[in-house]
Amino acid sequence: MKQSLFQSSMRRAPYVFVLPFIISVLVFYLYPIIATIVMSFQDVVPGETRFIGTANYQKMFSEDFSKALGNSFKYTAFTILILIPVPVILAVMLNTHRRRTNAAYRAVLFLPSLVSVVVAGTIFRLMFAYSPRAVINAVIVALGGRATDWVLGGAAQAMFLMVMIAVWRWTGVNIVYFLSGLQSIPSELYEAADMDGARPLRRLFSITLPLLKPTIIFVTTISIFGGFAMFEESFIFWQGQSPNNVGLTMVGLIYKKGFQTGSMGLASAIGIVLMVVIFIVSVIALRSFGFFKRES
Amino acid sequence: MRRFLVLILLITSVAGFNAFATDLTLWTFQELHANFYQSMVPVWNAANPAKQITLKPEVFPYDDLHNKLLVALQSGVGAPDIADIEVSKFANYLKGTIQLAPLNDLLDPIKDKFFQSRLALYEKGGKYYGIDFHVGMEVMYYNNEIMKEAGVDIDKIKTWYDYIKAGQQVVAKTGKPMCTLETTEHWSVYPLFSLAGSDVLDKNNKVILDNPTNVRVLQMLYDMVYKYKIAVATPGGFHHNEQYYGFMNDGGAASIWMPLWYMGRFTDYMPDLKGKMAIRPMPIFDGSVNGIKSSFLSTGMGGTGTAVTLQSKNIPLAKSFLVWVKGSKEGNIAIWQQLGFDPMRWDVWTDPAMREPNKFTRYFQNNDIFGMMVAVKNGLNTTVVSGNYPDVIDILKRNVSYQALVEQSKTPEQALKDAAAQLRK
Repeated sequence: MKQSLFQSSMRRAPYVFVLPFIISVLVFYLYPIIATIVMSFQDVVPGETRFIGTANYQKMFSEDFSKALGNSFKYTAFTILILIPVPVILAVMLNTHRRRTNAAYRAVLFLPSLVSVVVAGTIFRLMFAYSPRAVINAVIVALGGRATDWVLGGAAQAMFLMVMIAVWRWTGVNIVYFLSGLQSIPSELYEAADMDGARPLRRLFSITLPLLKPTIIFVTTISIFGGFAMFEESFIFWQGQSPNNVGLTMVGLIYKKGFQTGSMGLASAIGIVLMVVIFIVSVIALRSFGFFKRES
Repeated sequence: MRRFLVLILLITSVAGFNAFATDLTLWTFQELHANFYQSMVPVWNAANPAKQITLKPEVFPYDDLHNKLLVALQSGVGAPDIADIEVSKFANYLKGTIQLAPLNDLLDPIKDKFFQSRLALYEKGGKYYGIDFHVGMEVMYYNNEIMKEAGVDIDKIKTWYDYIKAGQQVVAKTGKPMCTLETTEHWSVYPLFSLAGSDVLDKNNKVILDNPTNVRVLQMLYDMVYKYKIAVATPGGFHHNEQYYGFMNDGGAASIWMPLWYMGRFTDYMPDLKGKMAIRPMPIFDGSVNGIKSSFLSTGMGGTGTAVTLQSKNIPLAKSFLVWVKGSKEGNIAIWQQLGFDPMRWDVWTDPAMREPNKFTRYFQNNDIFGMMVAVKNGLNTTVVSGNYPDVIDILKRNVSYQALVEQSKTPEQALKDAAAQLRK
């Protein structure tokens, strides 16, 4: 009797242990996603919410939407282009001489990502202000250039600002990811390569990078999510009102439509489209890494 | 027991806490408004001992307030008793089942004493959901020191032709621009649409942003920058930021056209211009520039429709206080004296209290600001702010001026047409 009770509780135990996780997934992921899908087919208005079919999806495609999508794509592309190669190189350089400083150094590298984006954005806004006495413009003027209007100057300046804040924030974090990845590479491989007379560059491309591939795939994937989900960096500079939408991102557009004009249905539809876009981009990226190929 | 109660009463009255007053929460985006409301509370309490209130105002940044309020009203939780809602956002709150309390029962008896066009801004289906501070008459602010240096008599500027000619003289003699044009907000272009007899929406809420009159107005602004060379883009993009205040305070430009409520920005943020600024009526469109002709002398701009939310637990009291503070004679006079706004009750305009000196009359060169306005008050154009208005203003702010005047990526006509096309979808 006791045996079977014990056995049945043994069978149930895993479910009980997983229950908190399942509940949080249901509450914080599944319910909101279903609610968003439902709302995207509705006109959400106090007291008179009703289904309107695909009207939101048809209404969504506008100049604002193309601008937002384009900006998000460009931002993601730039951040990946800078925030993968540069941290890899820096991590390799930091890893060549393993000293005890690494532990404390890693903590310091993480600091920018811990600073509130609001605070960082305010400081960046002051640094990049139009006045010739602002930090960045002062340096440019001292080097013989002319003060630039960074915040209101145009699309290129706007993209530069957003990418700049991202690079400042995430370089350290990516370095830490890659450092961890590097340290899982057995040093015997390097010793063997040394004995074969391999030069540093050869070592990098034949040993380091291939074995770092899982980490690179991971960082790329989260960078894709992070790039398309970017909101605060843009909000800090322009509060959603960037001239000519130079700073408008997809999430910024959802915020505008959902909270600034109260069109929750339309915002939900844009959110669903964003989800699909990120999914497609991630799958393409993973496939090009060979993630889905069976290990031979 | 009685001694205990007396003790409580003593303690609370000593602590300044009125145990019998009702708490009313109020959200606003402008600190000056919060100070005004707070200053009127003792007056209300003295006149209404049985209905005393303790006001708890909260000042939010502009966007924050409107977003939070919208979410609170849509979700049914968290809204304050009273909220300031700016006119260009008000239509967002009139969708579906309106979550604001109609003010008709208190407003109808006195409504004929108001400028009707200002009441109509916050009306839907015959019910008034908000009440404004002011008329917001558009006026021209001249830095008379610069104008005199250039040898221009501002009282001779009657039409936009005169203005442009004067501008060229100012630039030639002083090197300073005649005016600054907003490129990230709409206060340079939108008032002129209205002054020219046009608007961005017609009476049926159809988008008319790209009609021929508006195109000619925007073309005039473009010409002011590139052809006549009398205007520059506002530093910082709009007239409500520190960059502009500093620029103008240092004598950066000779004039600016903004509504009368902008006076407070001069007195509070541009102290060095005290005694140098003069307010005059707007130049008129008499057909001499770009063929734009209109009979209007000015227009009412901006506004804050303060409303009572249905989530309030004290709707009758909140409504009484609100309609008193903004709709009574004493409230309207206080609005002028404290905030420098042109009040909505026309029967107050001829009250002698409006001619008394205050911080605004001491700042500007005008002997009689109100007398000047009375002369213009029958020539005011009105604006449509319902339906799609928030989206229209949003796109006007963000795209049109910037594309036409700064980037020059589109001609004025193209910028307006593209913006209108997006809105018509």
